[in-house]
Amino acid sequence: MKAELQKQEERTATIFAGDYLNKITGEKIELECRRKIQAGCDTLVVNFSETEIVNSIGVSILLGVIDAASQAETKVVFTEVSEDTSQLFEMLGLTNHVTMQ
Amino acid sequence: MLEHQQQKLIHTFSALADIGQEVAHKNNFQEMIQTSLHLLLGSLAIMRGGVARYSKFGHELNFLAVRGLGDDFPLSATLEMSDEREFLNTGMSEIELSQAKMLAFFQRYQKVLSRKKIEMIMPLIVRNELVGIVFLGEKASGDPFSKEDKAVVQAMARHIGVGIHQRNLMAELARRAEENRQLYEDMRLTYKDTVKAFATAIDCKDKYTEGHSVRVGKYSEIIAEELGWKEEEVEGVAVAGYLHDVGKLTVEKNIINSPKRINAKEFKELNKHPAVGYEILMPIQHPYTDVPLAAKYHHERLDGRGYPDGLKDNEIPYIAKIVNLADSFDAMTTDRPYKRRRPINEVVEDMQRNSGTQFAPELVTAFCSGLLKEVQGKDKSRRFRRLLGPEYLEFEGLEPILRSALDDVNATSSLTLIASN
Repeated sequence: MKAELQKQEERTATIFAGDYLNKITGEKIELECRRKIQAGCDTLVVNFSETEIVNSIGVSILLGVIDAASQAETKVVFTEVSEDTSQLFEMLGLTNHVTMQ
Repeated sequence: MLEHQQQKLIHTFSALADIGQEVAHKNNFQEMIQTSLHLLLGSLAIMRGGVARYSKFGHELNFLAVRGLGDDFPLSATLEMSDEREFLNTGMSEIELSQAKMLAFFQRYQKVLSRKKIEMIMPLIVRNELVGIVFLGEKASGDPFSKEDKAVVQAMARHIGVGIHQRNLMAELARRAEENRQLYEDMRLTYKDTVKAFATAIDCKDKYTEGHSVRVGKYSEIIAEELGWKEEEVEGVAVAGYLHDVGKLTVEKNIINSPKRINAKEFKELNKHPAVGYEILMPIQHPYTDVPLAAKYHHERLDGRGYPDGLKDNEIPYIAKIVNLADSFDAMTTDRPYKRRRPINEVVEDMQRNSGTQFAPELVTAFCSGLLKEVQGKDKSRRFRRLLGPEYLEFEGLEPILRSALDDVNATSSLTLIASN
């Protein structure tokens, strides 16, 4: 049982969105997510605890992550999203593709 | 609900403002396009898209940035003339794929566009010219594009179009500048070849001083280099040296080639050559300044005892002073019908002695300094040896003579520096 849990934990990858998400350099975050997906993780957690706002570049990068995850049938979870950002994701339809926690 | 709408508007307007900034201020074109595509897709949460630039010369669409279209998406596409016309007729309005089946372009690329879920395209038209096309996929919400969405896409696409147009203009400017540079370079080479041909023609007239004009050009070049002049100024001085005796073309051949010292009348005739040279060179648009002045005044002396006008130090154009020294050095170091060439030590001593009366002291210093570098082996170009013959500088004690000349000659002449202005 313990081994199974550990295995499950190993297949969940967490990425911190940070402030980089809102710049062109945020593509590195997308690249990292793609790496985790290719490495076989079945749940990708994107943590927004260090992200104050998400602009259009950030949304575009997150769409890239969602697209890559959907092709690999990887589940995407957004955590610690601020209320404003959460509302924005909902309005734009991102929440149709991810689980908000 | 109103608050939500407001938030969405702020998100969209921020993207619009950012894209304007990107296009106006980003120097890196590729990064500008990539960021603009992010902003466009992110403003409305569009899952995929691409920006292609249209080349009207090759009738080709080349993708500059793509998102979510996969590796198998073609990165270039060909447009027919009729496609271009159709896009221009459409103007900067969105074309939804579902309504575009009649367009020839879509008939050709329908399969791939459908497979990639492209829903809308927006031709980028600037000043009635198709500069590119934006391809957009479905929205993350799954909703169709609303009228407002289309207006946002149109506004953002207009910015991208302007960015591409600016880039095209810059590329065209750079191409034309390069073309002009090439033309100028060709003209410069043609000019130089013509000058050398003239120098050869001048020297052909005088069988005793064969190669004199070319050597004077080279010595003048050395002096200018030693003075630290810029490349084009050095070239100008060299040209002045090549052409300084062009006036001799009008002097009787038997006077120039006289095996004995010429008489006063013949001297008078010969001494017209600087003024005649000036008249010949004056109407020509030289790329360098003061070439005609060098021809006119290369026989002037600092003490005013030269000709044709008896000018003194500051009145003599600087370029003429350089050519004067180069000319005199060549006269002393080449055989003449009535006189053998003098050994190098005597020539250096002559320059040293006449510094301040005939020659500008700082030019004597520059010349001796160049000579010393070669004698010491610091200058490996052998430029003097090539002009004077390999043995001529093999004179024992030449190095101390040159050192002494350099110590002795004080640079006292004020520089008129007409040539470098």
